[in-house]
Amino acid sequence: MPARASLWTTLTAPLLRENPVTLQILGICSALAVTTTLETALTMAASLSVVVTLAAGIISLIRRHIPDTIRLIVQIVIIASLVIVIDQVLQAWFYDISRALSVFVGLITTNCLVLGRTEAFARHNPPLPAMVDALGNALGYSLVLIVIGTLRELLGKGELLGHAVLPLADQGGWFTPLSLMLLAPSGFFLLGGLVWAIRSWRPEQAEAPEFGPMPQRGPAE
Amino acid sequence: MASDPLSPWRRLLALPNESRTKTLAVAFVVSAVCALLVSGATVLLRPIQSANRAAEEQARIEALVQGIPGMAELLEASGGTLSTVVIDLARGRAATDVTPATLEAALADPANWTALEPGADLAGLGQRPDFAQVFLLRDGAEISLILLPIAGAGYNGRIEAVLALRGDMQTIGGLSVTRQSETPGLGARIEEAGWLAGFPGTQTRDPDGTLRFAVARGAAASVYEVDGITGATRTSSAVTRMVRFWLGPDGYGPLLDAIRRGEF
Repeated sequence: MPARASLWTTLTAPLLRENPVTLQILGICSALAVTTTLETALTMAASLSVVVTLAAGIISLIRRHIPDTIRLIVQIVIIASLVIVIDQVLQAWFYDISRALSVFVGLITTNCLVLGRTEAFARHNPPLPAMVDALGNALGYSLVLIVIGTLRELLGKGELLGHAVLPLADQGGWFTPLSLMLLAPSGFFLLGGLVWAIRSWRPEQAEAPEFGPMPQRGPAE
Repeated sequence: MASDPLSPWRRLLALPNESRTKTLAVAFVVSAVCALLVSGATVLLRPIQSANRAAEEQARIEALVQGIPGMAELLEASGGTLSTVVIDLARGRAATDVTPATLEAALADPANWTALEPGADLAGLGQRPDFAQVFLLRDGAEISLILLPIAGAGYNGRIEAVLALRGDMQTIGGLSVTRQSETPGLGARIEEAGWLAGFPGTQTRDPDGTLRFAVARGAAASVYEVDGITGATRTSSAVTRMVRFWLGPDGYGPLLDAIRRGEF
């Protein structure tokens, strides 16, 4: 029972308590870039989940034989190969979505989230917990992407997954789309707001301030 | 057991991780397996991918023709198909020794490409193929529509499109973007039907024959302009330069002149 409970904890802890995006601020680049619509966010989340889970499994299988001196390059090579395969599969069977994601699938390779999980967890743990941990983190990442993608598509276009949800003003409805939501800065705003909301709700996630304001002093003599 | 085929493998695995032999062996095995995986996926999936691309281009060309008023009936009257011609761009006439079937092989030969002078290279291509495949729709002997594939450097990458010209060779019949990687929500709007709807009817040249086509900054102010896209100045001007390059002397200019003189 304890082993099962701990697997469950490994899977669920990264969803909110140790979310890789909002707590560790990893994988921001793609979280901002592909969340203009919910569909691309979902595809990106699924691609990343497959890559990080498989990479964690493979690296955990050969963990006893990876020389320390070349461990990072070995991990990157494995991750990069998986990413290329996923990209090819998307181009073959999900052509439209792969056009929408364009370069960002390739950039999963450099997503710190993936390397972070393989380096910090999969290298020291057997395959099953490693894959569960990777999947948990991928789900945490997916959750953030889905929340931001939903908000951006809904507020920016009045649609969800391409279906009109809010009646647009120029078609006789009441909703005026906020074009800002389709631009990269709004990704920052929403992500910042999300981090703030989670850390207000769970204050233990807030980091201790590293710098304070300069102490007040009189004029230099 | 000396005959055990796996024993060298076992001995290798038993080596300390930090030994040089094992480091090299692990690096080699990992790269070999990954190389195999990547090449395998690429080779196995390539036929499906190129079929996807071809189908998409076909669908866009069809949609482009259907979208031009009066063209659907003309297409039906002419037997429902466009004729495909490979053009020798420099001479402005049909290529004699290259057919649509051998075009790909011809373009694989660097000798069939012309390097462009920086001053003439409006579209940012660097070099231009000597042959291009165009699609014609004839009404009797007259050409009533010509579809010209064009390409150029956009803001984030290459833009490819098909430009349709009416029979007078200066009225745009429509534009269809077949490939682009512009910024989603901004430059990528060049793919949207709403923006492309501004093209039909736009004039490319003034009566003196000077190329005047442009994507405006803001709303179109003359018959030579189409509306600009707010927030995508670089993409808009890339489209302007691309259309001007391909309609100019280094693009389809000689061909269009020949058609205007009725020599084609």
